[in-house]
Amino acid sequence: MTVISEPSSESAEATPQFEKAAQRKESRRGFFLALPSYLYLIIFFVIPLAIVLVYSFATRNRFGGTDLSGWNFASYERIAEPIVRTILFRSLWLAFLTTIICLLIAYPFAYFLATRRPAIRNVMLVFVMIPFWTNFLVRNFAWRVILGNDGPLTKTTEFLGLGTHELLFSQKAVVLGLVYGYLPFMILPLYAAIERIDGQLIEASRDLYGSGWQSFRNVLLPLSMPGVIAGSILVFIPSLGAYVTPEILGGAKTTLLGSYIVTQFLTARNWPFGAALSFVLMAVMLVGTVIYFRKGGRTL
Amino acid sequence: MTAAVELKAITKKFGDVVAVDNVDLAIEDGEFFAMLGPSGCGKTTTLRMIAGLEFPTQGSLSIFGEEVGTLAPNKRSVNTVFQNYALFPHLTVLENVGFGLKMQGVDKSETRSRSMEMIELVQLEGLEDRKPSQMSGGQQQRVALARALVNQPKVLLLDEPLGALDQKLRQEMQLELKKLQRDVGISFVFVTHDQEEALTMSDRIAVMHEGKLLQVATPEEIYETPANRFVADFIGRTNLLEGTVSDSETVILTNGTPIRAHSNFAAGTRVSISIRPERAKISQQNEDGNPLSSVNGTVETITYLGNARVYGVKFTWMSLEVREENRPGIELYEPGTPITVSWDHDAISVVAD
Ligand SMILES: Nc1ncnc2c1ncn2[C@@H]1O[C@H](COP(=O)(O)OP(=O)(O)OP(=O)(O)O)[C@@H](O)[C@H]1O
Ligand SMILES: [Mg+2]
Repeated sequence: MTVISEPSSESAEATPQFEKAAQRKESRRGFFLALPSYLYLIIFFVIPLAIVLVYSFATRNRFGGTDLSGWNFASYERIAEPIVRTILFRSLWLAFLTTIICLLIAYPFAYFLATRRPAIRNVMLVFVMIPFWTNFLVRNFAWRVILGNDGPLTKTTEFLGLGTHELLFSQKAVVLGLVYGYLPFMILPLYAAIERIDGQLIEASRDLYGSGWQSFRNVLLPLSMPGVIAGSILVFIPSLGAYVTPEILGGAKTTLLGSYIVTQFLTARNWPFGAALSFVLMAVMLVGTVIYFRKGGRTL
Repeated sequence: MTAAVELKAITKKFGDVVAVDNVDLAIEDGEFFAMLGPSGCGKTTTLRMIAGLEFPTQGSLSIFGEEVGTLAPNKRSVNTVFQNYALFPHLTVLENVGFGLKMQGVDKSETRSRSMEMIELVQLEGLEDRKPSQMSGGQQQRVALARALVNQPKVLLLDEPLGALDQKLRQEMQLELKKLQRDVGISFVFVTHDQEEALTMSDRIAVMHEGKLLQVATPEEIYETPANRFVADFIGRTNLLEGTVSDSETVILTNGTPIRAHSNFAAGTRVSISIRPERAKISQQNEDGNPLSSVNGTVETITYLGNARVYGVKFTWMSLEVREENRPGIELYEPGTPITVSWDHDAISVVAD
């Protein structure tokens, strides 16, 4: 009896040791594989971020320099000023608007794309990515020409007798530019999400008395939620901090957060305030992202 | 009585491919109807046209007398159990089952109680809060059934619903499906490429091949009097001996052997005699057998199946199959033994090529 049970109890004890050793080895390998990314993030992200954080508590001296002493919250208090609040809300609103418009345009397109034959799909995906081949700045200047006083748009509306439409240097122009610039970032994750959905599920929904709209609401949309979330984050965050597009298409009346921060660093030479604004912007983005993911996580 | 589903001269083309070719078919209310055929013969396409997921290129299709040619699937009182179940992965079992009722605007408490009833009927009580991914294939299969039946459709369409299950579970589900069909009393249209499944479960079978409907009949009729060579070969196992009709009682095989076989074909018609392996007998060669109902050959192979042995017998250039039940005391024949294969003249059938 004892002779038989002995080896089995021995091996039962030995197994967890092997298992632990294997796990340790596995995690060590994971660490080495991730090391380059860790280093990259620490050098180019964590350290600059720490510098920005330190600066945001510093004081601007009379000559436009920054004294790294006399730590205070003055820069953060300034954010409550009406002008800063206005710019912050304007930026949030325009970023929100951009995201919604991108979503409305990209969803049907991504669905169309995902339900085509593979050959057609690939061609259309290339079309989506073609704008990336030209510099972002150049493309924004192109819009300036299109929307400008004697650009093709005004010419057309004048020709049609619809009068001149001054679009350039308005919020509309900024949203247009942002939607144009970030639309691919909405299309691609949506396409990836919709393409993964089994088309038979839509058929099942239709078979189970769902109308086209009901099938969209109850099957397609919930199943493509990961794409909706990813796309929205990819559009909302850069729109919120956008600098190039509002600078070129927006003009002086529509200062957005990105431009305002740059002004603080370069023109007003108030580095602490600029740093504080950057930090608040980042906090807003982070909170927004977390909430969105949480909300999305429940519906998945 | 109007048929539950009626197809009149239905043709479906995908570009140049003719998936369904001029099919006429009437499925009666309350029958278990199987559509049988090899892969790619158009079974799924036919089913999808009844469901409204595909529209016919030509012909007319009606459900209980109502023309439904291009009616959307959500406007038809038929439901489908899909080949891979197509359960909604983001919904629980209860939500999956209640989906159809919710879409129809049935109120929440009724949806819930009817769904629960259905979940009990398919024996999944206690699992209603699981997601499909947390269930076995057999359980998913039951969810798919419940999800369709809860809507009380007039016809239930099933596309190879048992294809993904293992042999044992498959047989269990066959019996259960059959029982379920009797209980709910509506017609089930059941697609399969497994002829055994079709034979055991169905009231009637439609055999399809390359988009055409070859025969619609009861399992017995299909097995005993197949409409043509393809049906004879596809349903069960059989030996096909080619020949020419000489008169209504005789067929001359290609090697000149006359065989007694009743048929209504004109003399000179090229036909095949179908002899089922279990209808043939094997015995020592002797002179007093009936030469019009037997052939001489040599044992080539023996396959032991446990409950039976299958002899491969070399006859002229062909190999015949003879199946012998494994009863005690039967005589065994070694490979190489010259033997006679014989049969009752009314246990064989003559089929057109
Ligand atoms: N959407 C489609 N586009 C083009 N051809 C199709 C389409 N659907 C089916 N076909 C073709 O129609 C024919 C019949 O297909 P169907 O799916 O009805 O066969 P099946 O009998 O269900 O086969 P299986 O047993 O393999 O499921 C096949 O040749 C198939 O290639
Ligand atoms: Mg099929």
